[in-house]
Amino acid sequence: MDGYLRRKTFDILARWGSLAMVLVALVPLIAVLGYLVMKGAGGLSWAFFTQLPKPVGEVGGGMANALTGSAILVGLACLIGLPVGILGGIYLAEFGDNAFGKVVRFCADVMSGVPSIAVGIFVYGLVVLSMRRFSALAGAIALAILMQPIVMRTTEELLRLVPMTLREAGLALGLPKWRVILGVVLRTGASGIATGIMLAIARVAGETAPLLFTAFGSRFISLKLDQPMGSLPVQIYTYAVSPYEDWHRQAWAAALVLVGLVLALNLLARVLTRQPGQGR
Amino acid sequence: MNLSRNPDATPAEASASRGGGNLGDQLFRILTAVFAGLTVLVLAAMALQMLRTSAASLKAFGWGFLTSRDWDPVLDAYGALPYIFGTLASSLIALAIALPVALGTAIYLAELAPLWVRRPLGILVELLAAIPSVIYGLWGIFVMSPWLRETIQPFFQKTLGWTPFFSGVPRGFGMMAGCLVLAIMILPTIASVSRDVLLAVPNTIREGALALGATRWEMVRKAVLPCAKSGILGAVILGLGRALGETMAVTMVIGNRADISWSMFGPGHSLASVIANEYAEASGDLHLSALTELGLILFGVTLLLNIVARILIWRVSRGPAGARN
Repeated sequence: MDGYLRRKTFDILARWGSLAMVLVALVPLIAVLGYLVMKGAGGLSWAFFTQLPKPVGEVGGGMANALTGSAILVGLACLIGLPVGILGGIYLAEFGDNAFGKVVRFCADVMSGVPSIAVGIFVYGLVVLSMRRFSALAGAIALAILMQPIVMRTTEELLRLVPMTLREAGLALGLPKWRVILGVVLRTGASGIATGIMLAIARVAGETAPLLFTAFGSRFISLKLDQPMGSLPVQIYTYAVSPYEDWHRQAWAAALVLVGLVLALNLLARVLTRQPGQGR
Repeated sequence: MNLSRNPDATPAEASASRGGGNLGDQLFRILTAVFAGLTVLVLAAMALQMLRTSAASLKAFGWGFLTSRDWDPVLDAYGALPYIFGTLASSLIALAIALPVALGTAIYLAELAPLWVRRPLGILVELLAAIPSVIYGLWGIFVMSPWLRETIQPFFQKTLGWTPFFSGVPRGFGMMAGCLVLAIMILPTIASVSRDVLLAVPNTIREGALALGATRWEMVRKAVLPCAKSGILGAVILGLGRALGETMAVTMVIGNRADISWSMFGPGHSLASVIANEYAEASGDLHLSALTELGLILFGVTLLLNIVARILIWRVSRGPAGARN
């Protein structure tokens, strides 16, 4: 009986101990989000969203340049990264049970663990050095490279969930396979792929390191893709390490906007994946 | 050609059994294959590109680059030792801090928690991974560092100040801040990969242990964990790889001075943070080349760690279950 009591005690200890670890893990989440709201909410104003930064040291101004810059960079990254990712995912799901598919899958998984700053170095050598200047295009390419493996792998997973019978029905109607894939399989998996895209956007929207020496930064709103361009994460970084009180305030406000966006995309994606995932 | 229809066949198997098909199909197959192959191409191109840019530095310094402490753009003398030291020290300490918390979290979420809390708690832990690095950096500068300087570091100074690890003046920014912020950032990676690995262990193993009269914890420790061992090791290596390459948050709190010191209070530097600080303003070709060589070291090491980790994880969750993102 004594041994039983000891075992039971260990069991209870382990349950509560591991629960305690979960709570410890969540402390930073709460601390970060709490401080973001506390310090960031005060900095949000009409001017923050609509005005350009004031010259160094002057109080006031906003982050309109960084907001539009981020939108353009992420948009352009999607334009490059999404088609490549989705088509690659189609290959892996529909044709990829061979050695080549295995290699691609492995490389994609490994890519997601490569430091994003290494991607920045790569794009610097590839684009910035040959164009001889920092450019929005270089930044977008760096983001697209980070995005592509995520989109490819989620597309593959989601397309594999589409039942074989749908493919067979399409083929039985005499459609060539590529029409079946584009018209039936892709359409059935579309909502799932959309959530994958949202997660990928959420991931790259906050990337800073690969933009530092590709898109660099700019204090103006510019639509020229061959010129440096500002972005929200880079501006948060520059403002946070600057010595100016007012810039710190704006960095917190920008951080609140960025995290709000990223977490909203994440939560939305998770809520959306719930139904198709459970349906099988 | 085998035409028997197997309802469990994957789409790819089914298409293989149907053979080549018409021209449109073949073109489509080739087109998608090209896009899939781009991933491999990018990875190879990254390695080549970095090798090419760092060629000048590789030639000028050879292996001595790894052991030299100089970093002087004016004299064009470069060595990586302080950065390698800072990266390794901060990552390993961060791993030691994060590991127990992450494993406890994974075990709770996969094995011990009541079913209804698993999903919401799991989402919260994953949200921790979704917060961008620069945000942790911002929080680290304005919240964590002052807290370390005023509360935590004086405590360590008073109790353990006689050891070399906690000597010196508490300043907030430095190794300790870098380690802590890294620990926070790799925690969700290790926790969620370990949880997925645990979930991949077949239920029959759990049932077997419970049927023999094991308690829930004994089942985890004696039946489930041994099965998941190599996968969890993979998760840990994945976390280590993430810590080594983490850039922004570390750059913002670690102090950015190329010192090699045992004190947790002192400022440090890391491979990624020196690249982030100097790459855009590299003063000459050799400077740029040396910085790229730092990047190459980082790239090579994380690549290797990731390959090992993926193989370990695949061994536990073999087959299509190995496809996680």
